[in-house]
Amino acid sequence: MSTTLLISGGRIIDPSQGIDKVADLLITKGKIAWIGDKSKAPSQPDLTSIDATGLTVCPGFVDLHCHLREPGFEDKETIATGTKAAAKGGFTTICCMPNTNPPLDTQTSIDYVKKMTEIEGTVQVLPIGCITKGRQGKELTEMNELAKVGVIGFSDDGDPVSSSRIMSMAMDYSQDLGLPIIDHCEDKELSDGGFMNDGWVSARLGLKGIPKAAEEIIIARDLALAQLTGAKLHVAHVSTEGSVELIRRAKEKGVSVTAEVTPHHLTLTEERVMGSQLTYDTNAKVNPPLRTQEDIAALIQGLKDGAIDAIATDHAPHTLVDKMCEFGLAAFGISGLETALACLMSLVHGGQLDLKTLISKLSFEPARIIGTRYGELGTLKAGCRADITLFDPNKEWIVDSQDFVSKGKNTPFDGCHFKGRVSMTILSGKVIYRDNSA
Amino acid sequence: MKTIEPGAGIATPDTFPPPPIAVWQHRHILDLDDFTREEIELVLDTANAMSEVLTREVRKVPTLRGKTVVTMFYEPSTRTRASFELAAKNLSADTVSLDASKSSVTKGESLIDSLRTIQALGADFIVMRHSQSGAPYLATQHVNCSIINAGDGWHAHPSQALLDIYTIRRHSGKLDNLKVAIVGDIMHSRVARSNIWGMSTMGARIVLCAPNTLLPRYMENFLAKCQLPHISIETDIEPALEDADVVMPLRLQMERQQSGLLPSLREYIQLYQLTTERLSLARQNVLVMHPGPINEGIEISPEVAHGAQSVIEEQVSNGVAIRMALLYLIAGGKNK
Repeated sequence: MSTTLLISGGRIIDPSQGIDKVADLLITKGKIAWIGDKSKAPSQPDLTSIDATGLTVCPGFVDLHCHLREPGFEDKETIATGTKAAAKGGFTTICCMPNTNPPLDTQTSIDYVKKMTEIEGTVQVLPIGCITKGRQGKELTEMNELAKVGVIGFSDDGDPVSSSRIMSMAMDYSQDLGLPIIDHCEDKELSDGGFMNDGWVSARLGLKGIPKAAEEIIIARDLALAQLTGAKLHVAHVSTEGSVELIRRAKEKGVSVTAEVTPHHLTLTEERVMGSQLTYDTNAKVNPPLRTQEDIAALIQGLKDGAIDAIATDHAPHTLVDKMCEFGLAAFGISGLETALACLMSLVHGGQLDLKTLISKLSFEPARIIGTRYGELGTLKAGCRADITLFDPNKEWIVDSQDFVSKGKNTPFDGCHFKGRVSMTILSGKVIYRDNSA
Repeated sequence: MKTIEPGAGIATPDTFPPPPIAVWQHRHILDLDDFTREEIELVLDTANAMSEVLTREVRKVPTLRGKTVVTMFYEPSTRTRASFELAAKNLSADTVSLDASKSSVTKGESLIDSLRTIQALGADFIVMRHSQSGAPYLATQHVNCSIINAGDGWHAHPSQALLDIYTIRRHSGKLDNLKVAIVGDIMHSRVARSNIWGMSTMGARIVLCAPNTLLPRYMENFLAKCQLPHISIETDIEPALEDADVVMPLRLQMERQQSGLLPSLREYIQLYQLTTERLSLARQNVLVMHPGPINEGIEISPEVAHGAQSVIEEQVSNGVAIRMALLYLIAGGKNK
């Protein structure tokens, strides 16, 4: 392939520069050269042209939260399959959570992820390091060293840091590094034994519920600690109205906090567990659990007013064995990379979210949380690395989990009729995914 | 559509006629939430015919000869399991009883694999009890046998609810407008959940009575969402018992106190035990029921458990007739 690529006639949306216009975009040597009108530009030798008429052209998506499962759980996902799934979903940079086996709590394990990404990866993978050794919540990891090898933040995701004392020390200790503490906010004592949202559906199905307060209590604690220490806090997968409210108020007070929400929490409710015929659908079992219509409305409002900064997939692939069992015994998690855009576009088509905000929350905003140590991400500015996603906002398709390139076929969207599909993903000027479906 | 008069066409022959397909659609018995009033009445009428069989010298009819009923219990049970096995034997079915806690399950076999194995061995009906809510629904997705739910987690116990309804109907003729008070651990009770559906469908008014720690927090939302307007919730036992036609205390598991849901058994007894004195608030001809096993002296006093109003032993006897009726009906059911 030539080193010069012209994407012509697409609707270019770049929230980082406030651009939203039909124009052409030129990539040379893996970087963005210009956005403008090709007829007015000097002719390029050795040019490959991509006709983007009818497509939206935007910065490559950045996912702050996914599980690649390698090392340790290669039956669920590998760096090879997970990054392929990311490319198919329009993501060019993904941040992987450290709840692997061994967990990403040492330089060695993080080097392993970086090495495997170099060898087998399709997109850029930025590792997140553990807050505590072995994710045990007891002793801090060697955060300085982890920062040196390139983690973009610290998290014990899958578990909260239950001890307020350890969390406060983690915030103090990591502060000079300028990296966020990313917390999975869950009061484990309160949520203990719960399988789904504590609500009318759990009452009907006879399943133990996870109250919203289990999330809100730890968010409130973390916000207080962030205020105390001055550390950067990033709240993972916000799922309740109360959480949004807590974060909004903390931001107003000047606490250094950012937050993310997942596509499934924005589009599905607790009722999905039940389906139309009491299916006890384990593919809708996820932590935090799917909540209610009121929570969805608050989460969307939070995206609009800035209480919530980014959309992150929390891609959590599992094997069939992990999910094809009794509801109470099934693993928590949704394989989300390949359906993220399509399910979010249902909000755009439904008039609940505008396209520019959506793109911003998938690219510019998460990139802002990562910072610039890996270069400027989530932008189409001239001179920046050409990470670009092209999608057809109106292409209709039906989700078939068997078509996933991810090893995790665990999706509650199987069979859903969606409008909006990624057409092409470009990383550093190279086409890494092209939609070949009819 | 053909409707069924009580007892019509299902008198007491040695081989019963096939069930009326226009009324009966079920191939599985999972819960009573998808049962119409006609279907429940058909079960009760069929059970009447079955109970006649049980009075004979030879308590056996050849209806299910050549069929195999497998009981698969992942939780300990005495009465439900014995009841289903006797019911199957009375209908001349072959029965196999698997104690899942001692079988290949302990070797790590999954529920689905165990079910498939039993199907491959030739089971026609699988009667299953499982500690996980929803387990029988999973079963119907993976095997072709008829599945009868003999209790799943906190969720449902349809044959128990049917025998409760049957017992009430034998005494009161009908359930319409009767006040039924279900007292105790509603949160963890599959009996309560199935009775909510079954008794409501039959026209009863139900009062669920428990301390807040033993009630699901969103019980009222559940009742509203599912349009069950004749069910109310009460945390005091006295108003719950007032003018009740039926009182059903639920078994209080000792571990509820240990897990902190109750401060002490002493306080529970003081607040919720069904005593002779409290029972006097109910109607004079009140029926005292209990799904068993009883914790005498905890949720119910011995005097009430064995008193004149108690129909607890009758419930157990009726259980066999109800389970015979269910096996017979699903043998002929087609669709659901």
